[in-house]
Amino acid sequence: MPGSGPRCPQSAHSKARTVDYVVNQKAPSTDARACLAALRKALPDDALLTEAEALRAYECDALSAYRALPLAVALPHDRAQVRAVLRIAREHAVPVVARGAGTGLSGGALPHPQGIVLSLARLDRILEIDPRNRTARVEPGVRNLAISEAARPYGLHYAPDPSSQIACTIGGNIAENAGGVHCLKHGLTVHNVLRIEAITLSGETLVAGGAGLDGPGYDLAALLTGSEGLLAVVVEATVRLLPLPESARVLLAAFATVEAAADAVAAIIAEGIVPAGLEMMDNPAIRAAEDFVHAGYPVEAAAILLCELDGAVAEVEAELARVRAVLERHGATEVRVARDEAERQRFWKGRKAAFPAVGRISPDYYCMDGTIPRREVGRVLARIAGLAREHGLRVVNVFHAGDGNLHPLILYDANAPGELERTEALGRRILELCVEVGGTVTGEHGVGVEKLDPMCRQFDEATLRQFHALREAFDPERLLNPGKAVPTLARCAEYNAMHVRAGRLPFPELERF
Amino acid sequence: MGADADHAEALAARVAEAAARGEALRIEGSGSKAFYGHPVKGVPLDATVHRGVVAYEPSELYVTARAGTPLADLEALLAAHGQRLGCEPPRFGGRGTVGGMVAAGLSGPRRPWGGAVRDLVLGVRCVNGRGETLRFGGQVIKNVAGFDAARLMAGSLGTLALLLEVTLRVGPAPAAMRTLVLACTADEALERLAAWGRLPLPLTGACHLEGRLHLRLEGNEAAVDAAAARLGGTALDDAEAFWTGMRDHTLPFFAADDPRPLWRLSVPPAAPQPALPGDWLLDWGGAQRWLRSEVPAGTVRAAAEALGGHATRFRGGGEASVFHPLPPAARALHRRIKAAFDPAGILNPGRLYGPEGP
Repeated sequence: MPGSGPRCPQSAHSKARTVDYVVNQKAPSTDARACLAALRKALPDDALLTEAEALRAYECDALSAYRALPLAVALPHDRAQVRAVLRIAREHAVPVVARGAGTGLSGGALPHPQGIVLSLARLDRILEIDPRNRTARVEPGVRNLAISEAARPYGLHYAPDPSSQIACTIGGNIAENAGGVHCLKHGLTVHNVLRIEAITLSGETLVAGGAGLDGPGYDLAALLTGSEGLLAVVVEATVRLLPLPESARVLLAAFATVEAAADAVAAIIAEGIVPAGLEMMDNPAIRAAEDFVHAGYPVEAAAILLCELDGAVAEVEAELARVRAVLERHGATEVRVARDEAERQRFWKGRKAAFPAVGRISPDYYCMDGTIPRREVGRVLARIAGLAREHGLRVVNVFHAGDGNLHPLILYDANAPGELERTEALGRRILELCVEVGGTVTGEHGVGVEKLDPMCRQFDEATLRQFHALREAFDPERLLNPGKAVPTLARCAEYNAMHVRAGRLPFPELERF
Repeated sequence: MGADADHAEALAARVAEAAARGEALRIEGSGSKAFYGHPVKGVPLDATVHRGVVAYEPSELYVTARAGTPLADLEALLAAHGQRLGCEPPRFGGRGTVGGMVAAGLSGPRRPWGGAVRDLVLGVRCVNGRGETLRFGGQVIKNVAGFDAARLMAGSLGTLALLLEVTLRVGPAPAAMRTLVLACTADEALERLAAWGRLPLPLTGACHLEGRLHLRLEGNEAAVDAAAARLGGTALDDAEAFWTGMRDHTLPFFAADDPRPLWRLSVPPAAPQPALPGDWLLDWGGAQRWLRSEVPAGTVRAAAEALGGHATRFRGGGEASVFHPLPPAARALHRRIKAAFDPAGILNPGRLYGPEGP
C-alpha cells in the first residue's frame, strides 16, 4: 500500500541465514561514515533512515529467508534526489540496492550489508494517462494495479498482472520483467513497456525506447527490463494500455490424471487458441483451496484446469465451444463454464487464494519458479513428486500451465531441524530438472540471490562472462545491486566442482566451469 | 537454393580468426536489406550457409531455426501448420533470412497488434566478437534468467554478434481476414484510429495512403463480421496483394526509382501530422509514418523529435546518419555495449552509426 511502510514477513524463519552473497565480490572500499554524512547533507531529514529499528523494515523482500541490515535507506522524493544518492554512493564506492514495494520473491531487493537501499516508493505519481495514444506515463513507485485503475475510465488497462499487483510497483515490475496470469496472450512486462527513463550510477539519464513503438539504437528498453537493478535505476516509464476486453469467460475442467490435464493444455494451444489465462492445480492444491475459500472445486480430481478466454463477445463464444470440445475429447471428467461474472470470480477465487491456502496447511512453504516446455509438464510433475518423496517433503503444484511456468510449493517447517536445508536442496533439484528438460530456472520471479547456483547450470562460462561485461558497460564499478542476478565465475566453478565430486554430472572427465 | 547444413563451428572459428587478426567482417545474409544502415568495410562473411529449421513444435508455440534459413521457407513451414510470425517481417525482393530479420529488427503492418521482431525473440545462439559461442534466452515464453541479450540482438544489425540460431514465438493464423477501405484524409484517419484504439476490435492493420484508410481485421468469422459491421467502409477484394505490397514495400509509394529519400518516422500513433512537404503513408495505426521528401535531414529529425519520436533515413538521401543521432551519453553507452560483445570491433563495424560506431 502506498504510504504504509514495508514489513518483512515475520514467518517461522527464526534462524534466517546469514547473508553470504557478497562472497567473491570485490570488497567495496567503504567509507561508511563519510557517505552517510554526504547523504544527510544532500537529502531532507525524512529521506534518510539510519537507525537499526527503522532499517529493520527493509532487511528483506518477500524472500524472507534472506535478511541483511543495510547501512542506510534513502527515500528520495524526486529524481534529483535519486541522482544525488547515486552520485554519493559512487563517490564513496558504496553499493546501491534499488527497491520498489519489496514484494519480489527472489531476494533481488535484499540489502547489501555495506550498502544503501534506494527506495523508489515515494516517486509514485501517475504523470499522464493518454487515452488517444493508449499509454500511461508513470513514476517507478506507482503500483501495478493503480495504473489499470487510472486507465479504466477510458476503457483501457495495463495487461501484466503479477499476483502481487495490488502492492508491487512498475519499477519493480520492470526490474524483474514481471509476468502474471494473463501474459500468455497479452505479454510480459517487456512487451508492454514502451519507454524507460533511467539513471545510471554515473548520474546520466538514459532514455530507452520512445514515445512511439520503438527507439533509435540498441533496444535498451528490452535490456533494462528484467535486469534486476544491475544496470540503471528506473525513474519514469511509459507503458502501453490495452482496451478492456468486451467479454471474459472461464471454463473449469477436471481430470483423473495430471498427465491428461497436461495433454489437454497442449491440445488447446494446438487448436490455434491462445487463452488469456490457462492455469493448472493439482489435487493437494485443489483441496487446500477448497477448504479455504469453498470455490466449489471437484476435490476428487487429480488436476483441474482453469481456462479464461477474452475478446469480443462473438469471438469468445465461438472459442468457448471449441475449448469445451477439446477438453472433453482429452478426457476431462467434468467441464463447467462459469455462467455469470459471480461464478467466474468464484472459479478464480480458489486459484488466487491457492498460496495462502497452502499457508494454512503448512507452517512454511517455499515457492519455486521454473519454466519448462509444455510437453514436459506431466513428466516433470511426476519427477518432482518422486524427488519430494526422496527428500521427505510434500509439494503442491499451482501454476501457469499455458506457458509452462511451474510454481511448485515445497511445504516445510522452518522450526524442524534440517527441514529448511532439505527444502532448499529439493528446490535446487527441481530447478536443475527444469534446465535438463530444456527450460529455465526462473520464469518470472528473477534470479536475485536465490537462484545464483542454478544459473551456473543454465549458462556456460563464456555466456556468464558476457553478462558481466555487459553489466560493466553500464556500471564499471559494479555498485548497483552487486552479488545478484548473475553468479560470479568463481562461484560457479565451486558449485559445479561440488557436483562433479558428488558424481552427479555425466562425463566427469570433461572440463567444466 | 542451398541445403540445410550446420556450419556453426566453422562460422565461430572464422570469427575467432578474424578477431585474432583484427580483421573486420561484413556479415551477409540474402542481401535483401543491404541498403539499410551504413556501409561496412570488411571481409564478407556468408551467413546463409548455416540453414535449416532445428526444432518446431506447433503446440509449444516456438520454432528454432538457423540464421541462414530463408524466411520464405520458415513461413511456408509455419503456414503448413496453421501458424505464422506475428511481426509480419518484410521480404524485400521476396528474399530475407531468419538471421537478417532479427538483425534488422524490421516488422510489418501487423506490428502494433502482433508484436515486433524483438517481442517474438525467445532466445538466440550467437558468436560474439571474441569468437565465443553464446546462448541467451531459451525456447520457453517465460524466462527471466540472465540479461535479455537475446532481444538486444533485434535491430543491432550484426554489430554485437553473429547470429547462429534464433528461437521465435509463433502464433496461430486466424480463420478469417477482411480488409475495409474508408475514404478520408490523414488527419481524419488519425482521429478515427485514436477512438477505435480503445475498443476491443480485432484490428491487425491500419494504414492510410492516397486519401484512403485501409483496415485489416483478423480473427474468427464471428469477430470479424461483428467488427466489420461496426466500422463501415467497403471491402477490398485484392486485400492480400495490398498488405503484401505494404509489407514488402512493393506499393508504388516505395518505388526504388523515386529520387526522393524515404524517411521512416516512429511517433505516438495519435500524434498530429508534422507539417513537412512531401508524400506521406501512415502505417501501424499512425505509429509508423513514411515520408518521401527532399527536406533536409535535420528538419525531418526535429519534427519527429518534437513528437517524442525519432526518424530513420530508410533509403536514399546521401550522407546523413541513417539512424536518429543519440545524445552523447547514450552514444558512449552504445560504444561500451558494442565493446562488451566485440572488443576488437570486427563485427559489422559502423553499420548502425557510421565510422564513429557502433
